[in-house]
Amino acid sequence: MTEVDLPAERRIALVDLLDRVLAGGVVITGDVTLCIADVDLVHVSLRALISSAGTLERQAHQP
Amino acid sequence: MAERGFWLYVVGREPVPETLTGLAGVGGESVHALPADGLFAAASPVSLHIYGADALKHNLEDLDWLAVTARAHDAVIAALSSSGPVVPMRLATVYADAEGVTGMLHERHDEFAETLQRLDGRTEWGVKAYVAPAAEADAANGTLSPSGEAASAGAGTAYLQRRKAQLSAREAAASRAEADAQQVHAALAELAVATRRNPAQAAQLSGIKATMVLNGSYLVDDSRRDEFAARVKAEQAERPGVRLELTGPWPPYSFAGVEPERADDRG
Repeated sequence: MTEVDLPAERRIALVDLLDRVLAGGVVITGDVTLCIADVDLVHVSLRALISSAGTLERQAHQP
Repeated sequence: MAERGFWLYVVGREPVPETLTGLAGVGGESVHALPADGLFAAASPVSLHIYGADALKHNLEDLDWLAVTARAHDAVIAALSSSGPVVPMRLATVYADAEGVTGMLHERHDEFAETLQRLDGRTEWGVKAYVAPAAEADAANGTLSPSGEAASAGAGTAYLQRRKAQLSAREAAASRAEADAQQVHAALAELAVATRRNPAQAAQLSGIKATMVLNGSYLVDDSRRDEFAARVKAEQAERPGVRLELTGPWPPYSFAGVEPERADDRG
């Protein structure tokens, strides 16, 4: 985990990326858009993340 | 034929055709510029059976799908932000048709123009601070050496004294960590035009056991880029108890809010 200088190509941890694309960016609401409300979206994705993390752990412990 | 909609990435001033050509967006779709009123929106035509509101709710539950989609979204935004300021859209901003997109550009023209001006020549950087579990343990151990008194007071009392010392050492370490986080944030904020403190990432998601005490975003003038990186290093050198991690450059996700004050009040 020793990353002194940032690599030229963007190697990004998923958790950092989700921090930004799910909680940042302009939220546009209105009749014409199908944009999902921010709270909804973060909720949905975090639930997905947590359940996946759990799944991965369980899988790792299986023979 | 499947219903099509438009997945939005950014709003910018002037599309650069060479940048758009060859970009692969979400689902591998091509990326197009939809111009209106001196602005453009970069968007991909997408199937609403996959990217419509109902389908999205289901698909976003799938971590692999979410990861691939988030990376595709980010890759397009990063590519476009290399040739001028852009306002990133929140993930999963989907319009039913091109007229909806251009209508929105028209309606919100002034807000976007202002935001683009605010972001021009500036880049978002992330700084996270962790308290190493080792530092906390050291702090606790320092007060845990069994004294003669405690030993003679009986096992139960000694245990309680140890436990009490351990807890207060932990509290002290936590408040030192919080103070460190505040000071690091303040020092970095001096070099930034806007800042935002995001909630700490859960260890479960980041896979990092150390406690995150700062998850900050900083909008920095490109002319102060080196100064900012040097300040991070200096803060790190001054504070052996915390580990700082610099991420970026990021497109200005955390500062895209059309209301400027939003950038600062998420503390």
